[in-house]
Amino acid sequence: MDLNLTEEQTMIVGMVRRFVREEILPLEADLDPDADELAPADRDRLVEKTREMGLYGLGIPPEYGGPDVDLVTRTLLAVEMSQHRAGLYAPCYGTFGGAGLAQLFEATEEQKERYLYPTLRGEKRGFFGLSEPSGGSDPARAIQTRAVQDGDDWIINGAKLWISGADRADYGLVFARTDADKGRNGVTCFIVDTDTPGFHVRRIVHTLRSAHYATELQFEDMRVPKENILGEVNRGFAIANDRLTRQRIPYAAGCIGVAIKAQEMALDYVPQRQTFGAPLSSRQAIQWMLVDNEIDIKQSLWITLEAANKAHQGEPFRKEAAMAKLVATEAAGRVVDRAMQMFGGLGVAKDLPFERWYREMRIRRIGEGPNEVQRHVIARELLGASLR
Amino acid sequence: MAARLDKPWIEVSQIAVVLRGHMGVFQLADADNTVIYMGYAGGNSLQGLRGEVTQACADHPDACYFRHEITTSYLSRFRELMMVYMHDHGRLPAGNPKISLGRMSPG
Repeated sequence: MDLNLTEEQTMIVGMVRRFVREEILPLEADLDPDADELAPADRDRLVEKTREMGLYGLGIPPEYGGPDVDLVTRTLLAVEMSQHRAGLYAPCYGTFGGAGLAQLFEATEEQKERYLYPTLRGEKRGFFGLSEPSGGSDPARAIQTRAVQDGDDWIINGAKLWISGADRADYGLVFARTDADKGRNGVTCFIVDTDTPGFHVRRIVHTLRSAHYATELQFEDMRVPKENILGEVNRGFAIANDRLTRQRIPYAAGCIGVAIKAQEMALDYVPQRQTFGAPLSSRQAIQWMLVDNEIDIKQSLWITLEAANKAHQGEPFRKEAAMAKLVATEAAGRVVDRAMQMFGGLGVAKDLPFERWYREMRIRRIGEGPNEVQRHVIARELLGASLR
Repeated sequence: MAARLDKPWIEVSQIAVVLRGHMGVFQLADADNTVIYMGYAGGNSLQGLRGEVTQACADHPDACYFRHEITTSYLSRFRELMMVYMHDHGRLPAGNPKISLGRMSPG
């Protein structure tokens, strides 16, 4: 793997870096410190800018109208896009668009017409419904939502928990058990319209994130036509698993971006802040925190870029993606924690972004598969058949 | 946590006695205990709930009562209260401008 950025990568990364500093940061100064949305007029204006930059719809394959940007470059951009207060969960407030639910690229043409294309045009929103009250880390066994065939339809009953965006969505991917005896080979993915009778958003789940919330869903005799099965009956787990693996790379990259910004702020601050007649930067305790931050950032960045490179080359990357998620979420948590410490009281005030990053970074060790599961994935890849 | 904010109403004359600088959410009601406005005190609120409720009462002179909930999850709780109100009444409180909200059907 070449560790040097190409000329094109340097240019695109620089463009996005300027966008964050010149467009996002000034707007953020006037927003609520926990905001995760821009005013509609600001959002529209910035979307127009990202379109002019040729970078709107990052993650959408070029054949569907997305920019032709490889995964390594997209990872570098994800690092840049998260370098602001809301950047961890709302990088650039969504002004670069998104791929929506990438699983729909594998849908039938009719399903694409109804769900994928309207989503790419910004006309529809979807949600990903996998986790349940019975657990999310082991979906193959934890899924208790049942789908039973009834003529040309399927009747779904059950519940989902920790689902983002379901209250505002037009449709969602709902994973349900269709064969009780087949474990991971008994799960099917259904595309469900949220106006289907029997679909309920029962509860909002408040978390450490103030602006964003999860939802609890309930399905009561929800009738879904067989045309809405994504992929094949009993093959839904592969769809879920592929998504979980791929998502770990940008998830790691977002953490690294926040860590870089926290370190940058600390490096600006400690030479200015005087204690006992000398700048903080002259204290070895502070210097070592900065050094540890730098090592944490570099280690997690290289591991994440290696995972992206393997995925880009079409090589197996499950172990590398798990390592990236594991290392980046833990390293970035330490970096933010040390930066808060260097800023003292200011570090915990809402005047600065550290307290938000601190809260949100804690979630990253649990989201997209807890880090214990990542270690399990890595161990399984290392030990192979001896564990099975 | 209950989805609806159903604490007893407090007369607006008690704002300075009851409220301090916390973050949180609140509702205002008219003389008939009809909710006329919902708001929140966030990280940028200079005087927290006390300041925001005071300002909201000045903006809505028909407000006679308020009730509140202290929470650091003020944004998600505010959206939840608005969605629940929309579910129960089919509209938002008269004093709240239309905002983008999700749909909820609490039990």
